[in-house]
Amino acid sequence: MSSKELILGRIRQALGSSPAEPDIPRDYRTGAAPVDLDLLVERLVDYKAVVHRTSDVSGAIAEIIGSGTLVVPPGLPGEWLPPEVPVRRDDGLSAAEIAAADGVVTAAAVAVVETGTIVLDASDDQGRRILSLLPDLHICVLRPEQVVASVPEAVAQLEPTRPLTWISGPSATSDIELNRVEGVHGPRNLHVILWETA
Amino acid sequence: MSTFLGMPAYAPRGVGHLRGDEPFPEAARTALANPQLRRNLQHATTTIRGKSGAVIAELPDWQELRSAGSALKAYTMANLPRLLEQLEERVTAAGGVVHWAADATEANRIVTDLVKATGEQRVIKIKSMATMEIGLNEALEDAGITPVETDLAELIVQLGHDKPSHILVPAIHRNRSEIREIFLSEMPGVDPDLTDDPPVLAAAARRYLRETFLSTKVAVSGANFGIAETGTLAVVESEGNGRMCLTLPETLITVMGIEKLVPTWQDLEVFLQLLPRASTGERMNPYTSMWTGVAPGDGPQNFHLVLLDNGRTAVLADEVGRQALHCIRCSACLNVCPVYERTGGHAYGSVYPGPIGAILSPQLTGVEDNASLPYASSLCGACFDACPVKIDIPSILVHLRNQVPHPRAERTAMAAAAYTMDHPKLYERAQKAARLAKLLGKRGRGLPPPLNGWSSSRDLPTPPSETFRDWWRGR
Repeated sequence: MSSKELILGRIRQALGSSPAEPDIPRDYRTGAAPVDLDLLVERLVDYKAVVHRTSDVSGAIAEIIGSGTLVVPPGLPGEWLPPEVPVRRDDGLSAAEIAAADGVVTAAAVAVVETGTIVLDASDDQGRRILSLLPDLHICVLRPEQVVASVPEAVAQLEPTRPLTWISGPSATSDIELNRVEGVHGPRNLHVILWETA
Repeated sequence: MSTFLGMPAYAPRGVGHLRGDEPFPEAARTALANPQLRRNLQHATTTIRGKSGAVIAELPDWQELRSAGSALKAYTMANLPRLLEQLEERVTAAGGVVHWAADATEANRIVTDLVKATGEQRVIKIKSMATMEIGLNEALEDAGITPVETDLAELIVQLGHDKPSHILVPAIHRNRSEIREIFLSEMPGVDPDLTDDPPVLAAAARRYLRETFLSTKVAVSGANFGIAETGTLAVVESEGNGRMCLTLPETLITVMGIEKLVPTWQDLEVFLQLLPRASTGERMNPYTSMWTGVAPGDGPQNFHLVLLDNGRTAVLADEVGRQALHCIRCSACLNVCPVYERTGGHAYGSVYPGPIGAILSPQLTGVEDNASLPYASSLCGACFDACPVKIDIPSILVHLRNQVPHPRAERTAMAAAAYTMDHPKLYERAQKAARLAKLLGKRGRGLPPPLNGWSSSRDLPTPPSETFRDWWRGR
């Protein structure tokens, strides 16, 4: 008997002939609710992300990165990048090459107002997961139409089989005396550019 | 004797960390004699209760979410065979390999063999209750493989040659200055001018582990959720060590208890709202990673999922106790428990401490092996109120107390008490005797051996100077 058969047999034995199967009450909030961008900004800032509301993405990026270097995913729009900043596009960069960059710029798949969360789904303008992980600065460009009010709306919009990374503020820990401290292994600086076209 | 092989089995003895070296009352006495520990715990649990209460109050539908979470878990348990096979099929279709482990010994062997097959001598680990439960680190070390814990609290425990004492924050019993001491004496290459400022301590861990993340080719993780419908696994974390382990290595091995299953992708909308608010008191934890099998060109190209029983089917067999399998390991019940706040986690003996541990550990091992844990509670009910999936912990504690084998003296005394109360004349004489007993002994309030165990931690009421019957006759 394989362990699979053994375990499934044990479960059936444990459950008996007709285990009660409850209905699932889904009377919590679902469905589309109005998006409050001011609240999104407040929630992002509360968890120590820096937010820039602007129509000038490349200008904002230039200001954030200063004289540093950038890595970007293959599908990031070229017009977002400031011409004077040294940029390496990810065409299979090594971990060391990615880690050597001062910052990374990505787009996002979805953002959640209520929790101050941005979600990356590894599309061409967001890149492989490693890309937004190793540099110490993550600049994420978000368009207002990507923002939803609640977690259920975000779950409904995402494609589960893509690699997903939900990000709520920079890397942090609660491991010292159960208080939140920013800055452990992930990017210690998270800048969100909310791209509001005039 | 013939044994039906499909009978639910307890977690085996001699492997893993579900059984303590001494019963709870003895271990608790040691812990209670440590005022530093009590100060650390009180500070930490007070902090987290405040944070958690504030973010839960922001959600108008918290109770509706709890009800949905509870029902989803009950549904999952009722459909476990079908959902597990669905998960296996989806993970396999997405390029992963699924293994089934009946107990800790088998799970350890599967993981050790998988690591050996890569030829690597070192693995990086994400904090995982399941791998702690089965004693995977010891098994890997026995095979000459070095497991490196990458979660900050786990690192503190590992460097301090210590044991975890909390589900979420295994080093909750350490304060910042103790953590600084551990880092200074045990962390190779640490800055000797290290201060006890938490951001400085976090930065020290970042520097220490960075190279290990970049050079290790195998990672071992647990899973917070496994979605049957899609084969997607989710790990919820804060520091980014999880993202490192799930992204950088070539091989990823995930050990998941069979109860961590969630039926559909949509169901995550419930648990992703419940877990962070109940757990770290955040609207959302900093990072959640989700992956389905292998993503070509992105992350580990070899993925193994080990599905673990290790006593869980025995828990499932108890119609009252099976609710314990609904636990999503948030640790809210620890943070509100007046007993946990005073004794800390080590006193419970198992990797699962606090109220949830007091119902889960005895059911995983069989009540005989953790007989004192169902009593490690005042039954105040705070854990039930705090539980995001509404596990009725107090009722299960009482249910398990009924299964604990009672010592002969206690059974004899209870039988005698029942007989006496059934016979008015005897009862009257016993009441008079109780008054006389007051004159005996120093305090006059304890019971004689062998029943003194019961009265050593409880004050007996002072017998009145006159019984009701005497008063009634005399009026």
